Amino acid sequence: MMFVPGNNPGMMADAHIYGPDSIMLDLEDSVTLAEKDTARLLVYNALKSVDYGDTEMVVRINPLNTPYGKKDIEAVVKAGVDVIRMPKTETAEEVVEVEREIERVERELGCVGRTQIMAAIESALGICNAYAIATASPRMMGIALGAEDYCANLKTQRTPDGDELRLARETIVVAARAAGIAALDTVYSNLDDMETFRKEVEYIHRLGFDGKSIINPRQIEVVNEVFAPTEKAIEKARTILAAIREAEKKGSGVIAVNGKMVDRPVVIRAQRTIDLAIASGILKEEDV
Amino acid sequence: MQLKESFAGTLESGDIHIRLLPSDKPGLTINLESSVAYQFGDQIRRVITESLTDFGIDSAEVNATDKGALDCTIRARVTAAAVRATGKDVWAD
Repeated sequence: MMFVPGNNPGMMADAHIYGPDSIMLDLEDSVTLAEKDTARLLVYNALKSVDYGDTEMVVRINPLNTPYGKKDIEAVVKAGVDVIRMPKTETAEEVVEVEREIERVERELGCVGRTQIMAAIESALGICNAYAIATASPRMMGIALGAEDYCANLKTQRTPDGDELRLARETIVVAARAAGIAALDTVYSNLDDMETFRKEVEYIHRLGFDGKSIINPRQIEVVNEVFAPTEKAIEKARTILAAIREAEKKGSGVIAVNGKMVDRPVVIRAQRTIDLAIASGILKEEDV
Repeated sequence: MQLKESFAGTLESGDIHIRLLPSDKPGLTINLESSVAYQFGDQIRRVITESLTDFGIDSAEVNATDKGALDCTIRARVTAAAVRATGKDVWAD
C-alpha cells in the first residue's frame, strides 16, 4: 500500500504507474489544516477521473471528531473509493460510527455495502482493543499498524530492530487472523537505508503480515521480492494441490507427498503460495 | 453570487494555481498562463468555465497559472477557489 499525499496532484496522477497493489491517498497527516478543503476536492476528482486500473484505492480520512471527517467520508464514498482507512483507531465504537456515516452516504447513492473499512491502530489502547476493532463491522477488510504515533503514545522511539513494535505487530497479526481480515505493517521512512528496510520487510513477512505500507515507489520492488514465493515453493504447492485434487477424486483421506503427510494446514499454505504467485504476477490464473 | 478574492492550488508540476476575483462585468474573464496553452488552452478554459458554471458563478475574473494539470485537478482547484470565494461548501455540514 503506497501512501500518496492528497494535496499533491502530480503524485496522485502518476502513483499507479509504479504498480503498487493499493494506493492510499492521504487526507490526514500529510495535509495541513489550511488545505483540508482543497485536498478533499483533489482526491474526489482524482478518484472520479483517473484510471487506476485494478489498483485498490484507499483514502485515509480525518477522524470523525474533527471538522473534516464527515465531509471526507461523503466525498470519497461519492467518488467510489474501495476502502476508507481510519486513522488512530482506538475502539470498536469508532468503527461503528464511521460505518454509520458511510452507510448514510451509500443509502443516498443506492449502493449500500460497497465501501470497505481498514483501521490503523496507533496507540496502546488501540492495540488492547485490536480484535474488537477488527470485528467491529462486516466492512472491515484489514487492520494496520501506525508506528510513529504508537511509539509516541508508548513514550518510546523507533529503532532499526523494531523491539518496541514487537507486541503491537504480533497483536495485529493475531487479531487480523482471528477476524479473518488482512494485517498491514507500518511504513519505513528512511529511503536511504534500503538494507534495513529489506530486513524489516523480511521480518514482518515472517510474522505473518499480508503487506507493508510504503512511502515511495522505490520500496515496491523490495516488498514484492520478499512477498513473492520462490519457484521451488510454487512447484511444491502445485504438487500438493494436484495430489489433493487427485485424492479427492478417489475419495482418499490424508495423503503423502514426497514422503510427508499432507493435511489441511499444508493445503491452506499451498493455496496461499499459489494465490501470492498470482498476485505477484509470477503465475497466471489460467495456468493454475 | 457574491464573491470575495480567493486562491487555490500551487505552482508545482502537475498542478494549477487559480486566483478568483469578483468582476463588475457579466461573464467569465479567464487569463491563462500555461506552457501548453497552444495545444490545451481551449480545453483548460472549457474546464474552468464548466466548473464555475456548475457552481453557479457566471461573473468573475479568473487568473490561472497552469503547470500541466489534468482536467480533474483543474476542476478541483477551480471548485476549491469557488468554495473559498463564496463560503458555500459542496459537502453537507
